[in-house]
Amino acid sequence: MIFPERLKALHFQDPQRIAVTLQFPSADDLPVTLDGLLRGSQSFAQAYARQGIRPGEVVVLILQHGEDLLYAFWGAVLHGAIPSIMPFLTEKLSPERYRADLASLMEVTQPAAIVTYPEFENEVRSVIREGSSVRAVIVTDRIPPAAEVDFDSLEGFQRKPEDIVLLQHSSGTTGLQKGVALSHQAVFNQLNAYSRALNLQKDDVVVSWLPLYHDMGLIAGFLMPILSGIHLVLMSPFDWVRAPYKLMQSVTRYRGTLTWLPNFAYNFCAQKIRDRHLEGVDLSSWRAVINCSEPVRWESHRAFYDRFKDYGLRWEALQTSYAMAENVFGVTQSRLGSEPTVHEIDREAFMVERVAKSPLDGRPSMKMMSSGYPLENVEIRILDEQGNDLPERHIGEVALKSDCMLTGYYNRRDLTEKAFRDGWYLTGDYGYIADGEIFVSGRKKDMIIVGGRNVYPQDLEALTYEVPGVHAGRSVAFGIFNEEQGTEEVVIIAEVDSEDPAEQQRIADAIRLHVTKNSAIALRHVKVVDPKWIIKTSSGKTARSANKEKFLKELQEEQSRERTD
Amino acid sequence: MSDLIQTLASFLAEKILKQPGRVIAPDEPLISSGLIDSFSLMDVALFVEDTFGVRIEDTELNADTFDNLTQLAALIESRRS
Repeated sequence: MIFPERLKALHFQDPQRIAVTLQFPSADDLPVTLDGLLRGSQSFAQAYARQGIRPGEVVVLILQHGEDLLYAFWGAVLHGAIPSIMPFLTEKLSPERYRADLASLMEVTQPAAIVTYPEFENEVRSVIREGSSVRAVIVTDRIPPAAEVDFDSLEGFQRKPEDIVLLQHSSGTTGLQKGVALSHQAVFNQLNAYSRALNLQKDDVVVSWLPLYHDMGLIAGFLMPILSGIHLVLMSPFDWVRAPYKLMQSVTRYRGTLTWLPNFAYNFCAQKIRDRHLEGVDLSSWRAVINCSEPVRWESHRAFYDRFKDYGLRWEALQTSYAMAENVFGVTQSRLGSEPTVHEIDREAFMVERVAKSPLDGRPSMKMMSSGYPLENVEIRILDEQGNDLPERHIGEVALKSDCMLTGYYNRRDLTEKAFRDGWYLTGDYGYIADGEIFVSGRKKDMIIVGGRNVYPQDLEALTYEVPGVHAGRSVAFGIFNEEQGTEEVVIIAEVDSEDPAEQQRIADAIRLHVTKNSAIALRHVKVVDPKWIIKTSSGKTARSANKEKFLKELQEEQSRERTD
Repeated sequence: MSDLIQTLASFLAEKILKQPGRVIAPDEPLISSGLIDSFSLMDVALFVEDTFGVRIEDTELNADTFDNLTQLAALIESRRS
């Protein structure tokens, strides 16, 4: 099966069905029928053809939430080109850094075209150098809408199931150079297996605010509903973060049944929605709110449930999944209709012996929530450092194999080869298996996950070195978990020569400003320290965790001093 | 510095930046500088509503509405009267 064939079949069944409802902060909801979606996409497919873009070439989409993004994406698919959605420039990010990120994406991905808005055209053109792969900058306002859908004219129908259908990048300098390339077949294999795990029905309604440049948003909150013929209600992440109650109102209005959220969103919704915004809200239609893309926390489910139980939310609706772009999306899914298993485990045994066992009487314990069972097309192993299988309840690296793995990191054969061992994809996540369920407990990689977004600490450290007063190699970045927010906060520590507190404060501010402007990541703690504070080892990885421990210890001491003061 | 600005400054330093000693100048950019991220903007709106009884609508939570303490204080004053 290929994407265009599926769309054609759905169109044949019911062209006037509402496929997507787009929501906006200060405009009415916009229902888009499948016929409307395909006509809009056809016009983009024709624009790609006119510009000489060939099937199999990459088209980068620099667009925000809205109709253009919808049509530009599916238009690329109908033309047989490979769409890749790049986050749009936000007010937080510096335009210079954005240009650099775009240039680095272009260098690896070698796109043939870039699609953007007229007001952003010059910005995009300024990045295109002589000899660039980019032959066309396609501007959205110059695309006349197609009068009707004409499947026969579309080249995308010539694609084969094993051809690459899309690229998915994570953010930052490191992430943009690692485009996950997925085939039509891999996506369908994922959707088939995942739909069965969800018992997906025609009358399901997906409500999502997740960004489409992230796997959870792109697959669960975009491709799956559209390719399954299920109504999708979509709002922008930028609107949701300022008005989280809109999620509840949309679920109420459209009788939403399925929503995916990163863990922090449970805390965010529980803490930041006013009663007045919940008048008339009825969440009883929600059959699953699936926690995914950050470590899942029982405490976050509890807070969410307590806040919304009076509005029809059912406890059994709170579900979990473990997913990654390299497997298209879902690896595991908890069983809908029953609550995910929670283990109370001994904290010390977990930390020291790396085993999840029941706590002895009175010993400190912690809650581990299951991410569910492997999808029917996924095999999972838990491996030790040498690659040997570990017994149940022993913590090791999660490795997986499935029929929906990535084709490769696009144009990065080196990275693709490194990611696999004997045909098994090494996830870089730690976890254990108990009675067939997967419990994800941490990460082998130093990656920080902030609000569901992957952040590479080396990117943040490199930015810190650019700040005057900080020397290369004398900064460390890591994440620390914030219980209240249900996600990680970013900490940057930098050594400076000056011991003058005012000068140190000035440099700390400069770091905060520079790193945020260049990564769009807000920093919670910026600590400027005297020389020799940072613990150095030959391996950067060890240094990050050692420095994190040192930071946390000092933070604890400071806080206990403040309490006694 | 007015009491209003002082109250806002202490809230930002303690609750958002987690640096109680941090001095925030009345004209220091807050949003465009990345000092306050979008997740924390909601906290600012909730604090302003609870403390001063002034609503800031969600569509107003951006640097065009206010980007420093002076502007935020002026917004609060204009809506209180």
